[in-house]
Amino acid sequence: MAENSVIDGAGPACPDCGTEAVAGDRFCEECGADLLLVAAGMPDDSVARPALACVACGATEIDADGYCTRCGFSQPEVRDRVELDLTVAAGVSDRGLRHHRNEDAMALRVATDPAGEPAHIVVVVCDGVSTSDRPDVASKVAADTAADVLLVAARAGDDLTEATRAAVGAAVAAVTDLDGVDGTGNAPACTYVSTVVTGTEVTVGWVGDSRAYWLADADSTCLTVDDSWAERMVASGQLSAADAFADPRSHALVAWIGADAGLVQPHVRTVRPDGPGALLVCSDGMWNYLWEADELATAALPAAMANPFRVATELTALALDRGGHDNITVVVVPFPHQEHSSPSSTRSSDE
Amino acid sequence: MTAHPNFRVDIYQNEFLHEGAHEVNAIVTVSSDGSAVSSTMDASAAAAEVIIVDCSGSMDYPRGKMIAAKQATSVAIDELRDGVAFAVIAGTDQARLVYPQQGGLVRADARTKATAKAAVNNLKAGGGTAIGRWLALANSLFAGHRDAIRHAILLTDGRNEHERPADLAATLAACEGAFVCDCRGVGTDWEVDELRKVATALLGTVDIVADPAGLAEDFRRMTAAAMSKAVADVALRLWTPQGASIKFVKQVAPEVADLTARRVATGGQVGDYPTGSWGTESRDYHVCVEVKPAGVGDVMLAGRVSLVLGDEVLGQGLVKATWTDDMVLSTRINPEVAHYTGQAELADAIQEGLAARKTGDLDTATAKLGRAVALATKSGNTDTAALLAKVVDVDDPVTGTVRLKAKVSDVDAMTLDTRSTKTSRVRKSS
Repeated sequence: MAENSVIDGAGPACPDCGTEAVAGDRFCEECGADLLLVAAGMPDDSVARPALACVACGATEIDADGYCTRCGFSQPEVRDRVELDLTVAAGVSDRGLRHHRNEDAMALRVATDPAGEPAHIVVVVCDGVSTSDRPDVASKVAADTAADVLLVAARAGDDLTEATRAAVGAAVAAVTDLDGVDGTGNAPACTYVSTVVTGTEVTVGWVGDSRAYWLADADSTCLTVDDSWAERMVASGQLSAADAFADPRSHALVAWIGADAGLVQPHVRTVRPDGPGALLVCSDGMWNYLWEADELATAALPAAMANPFRVATELTALALDRGGHDNITVVVVPFPHQEHSSPSSTRSSDE
Repeated sequence: MTAHPNFRVDIYQNEFLHEGAHEVNAIVTVSSDGSAVSSTMDASAAAAEVIIVDCSGSMDYPRGKMIAAKQATSVAIDELRDGVAFAVIAGTDQARLVYPQQGGLVRADARTKATAKAAVNNLKAGGGTAIGRWLALANSLFAGHRDAIRHAILLTDGRNEHERPADLAATLAACEGAFVCDCRGVGTDWEVDELRKVATALLGTVDIVADPAGLAEDFRRMTAAAMSKAVADVALRLWTPQGASIKFVKQVAPEVADLTARRVATGGQVGDYPTGSWGTESRDYHVCVEVKPAGVGDVMLAGRVSLVLGDEVLGQGLVKATWTDDMVLSTRINPEVAHYTGQAELADAIQEGLAARKTGDLDTATAKLGRAVALATKSGNTDTAALLAKVVDVDDPVTGTVRLKAKVSDVDAMTLDTRSTKTSRVRKSS
């Protein structure tokens, strides 16, 4: 088997075991993994922390629970800072400066066609509701579950509006299953925003106040409308935008994902950009510091087209510089899809 | 080869603190499963029991007291497992070993139990009361049995009149950790505070047996409980971060007992608090630690609570502190901490109220006992509420509006005092 798999490096390396594959192969000859799929997201709790000196006092003895045996300081979690760079999409999720853990989650899925071209890029960002039980678990479960549903549907050629509703339904079910674990009556909950990007269109779905932006030279816009008290006041004509967003209740969620959310009705919209640009999918820890689409476009373009990871890193740094009061998650996807690293590839339409 | 019961440690707290806050509170529930041990252990070698009977002259007034005390002691002897090392002490202004006459402890079997009961039956009342001397003799009897589960029962009917308080205190200090002692006062001529000091120092219970007729059943229950213990000398070990200070460590259920001063440092940041012997049972502790505040978003281990036997860890739990600027999180009331804070205040309010009543400070007595009624009502401590209702007339149990009863029997006042430390457990909601 091994000798057959080395043909001019034309095929992609297996995402799981690293074995170089034959161009056109769908599955890895070595481990059986799907070669046309790259999935990335938040680490599991089981991922071990590197053993280092205490970040607070410098003592070198850290106990098995992750606390310094001298000053008691909790050592950083792997999830405090997660960086994902899939070339055609990239994201950064950061604990920020004021929260004790990262309750945001992101899930990225990239499906390539047999020619090695990215065909579908799925991004889900969820922000755990900090007053609920285990919001960090809720956001990760919701993001992973929804991303998988969207990926399967996209590869099957299903209607992506329906698929987005199904993904939200699956996320609600998964988060609802977490309920009752702690028994304190605060059902695990999170926000939700997803995008499925094909070669021609972008399907956005959301519940809550995590956002998706279209960033371009001319027509940058926020694609989502928050499920928040402020937006509801503005939409119903009761308050001006300025008054609504100045109110202390402005950020209060009016919809979320969780067992106590009632009937969850996601918003879904599809856009067909008529020129190049980039998608920005983020939690409120980002847009609290920079929310105007034009300003985000100025900060992100043109670098986002060639190096989405650099832009995700820079935008996260900007949110940290301005206070980092919340968890920050930023995912950037250039549109149309950037070329894969495969030398033989040419840009092609996805369908 | 020893097998120990399984200990389970659960922590209840609101770990979220607002910026700058430094006090961390947690309720530690310790449950032990004593059943794991009885089948594997040589039970006959594991327990030692000393019964101390007050034989002062007052035990004959009324005559029923001495008779009841002898009967109760016989019942306790019958309750001993075969093989348990035991002895009986007669207490007056001196301490006299009633059985075995040759000194030391004797293994219980049909013959030794019968001989002991016969000796007890011959006891006569006469003399004074020097509780410290009784305990000192018991301490010397237990000396050769450090590996056993060591338990004593102490019965008295009067004040410690023939010994200076300082002598009793010195003896108690010498006996701490040597054995567990449950104390009972019969009648109403003994001092609740005095006996409570003995029981607290020796990690035992204190109660009133107002009617001598109740003694036999009470002795049977106490001995049975002692026989059910599976492991002795368990300590609660508390690690705290460098620079932290321990505000208090209290047992809060089944009764309140402040252990703060009982700390024995076993390392720079580690101290042990004695908890005595354990069977199949559950106790709650309230730990309050002051730490140096960290920044918003930081998480700190404020305490690591372990149950240890020697250096063997039987179970442990973590007390955490997380600083947040989210008021919703930091202002959450933890129901367990709130409940036991109230139960400790309830015990204090009763004791302070009764003390004020004794000295004629009726305003303070009314205020304190009213507060106690409100706390008992709010927490669902119906046993204590019923005892309070014998001392005060309750106009409004919710606000604690009360009037002192004009006539209160000594029995009712002493019963309330003695049982003031009895706590109710948290009512589970939802």
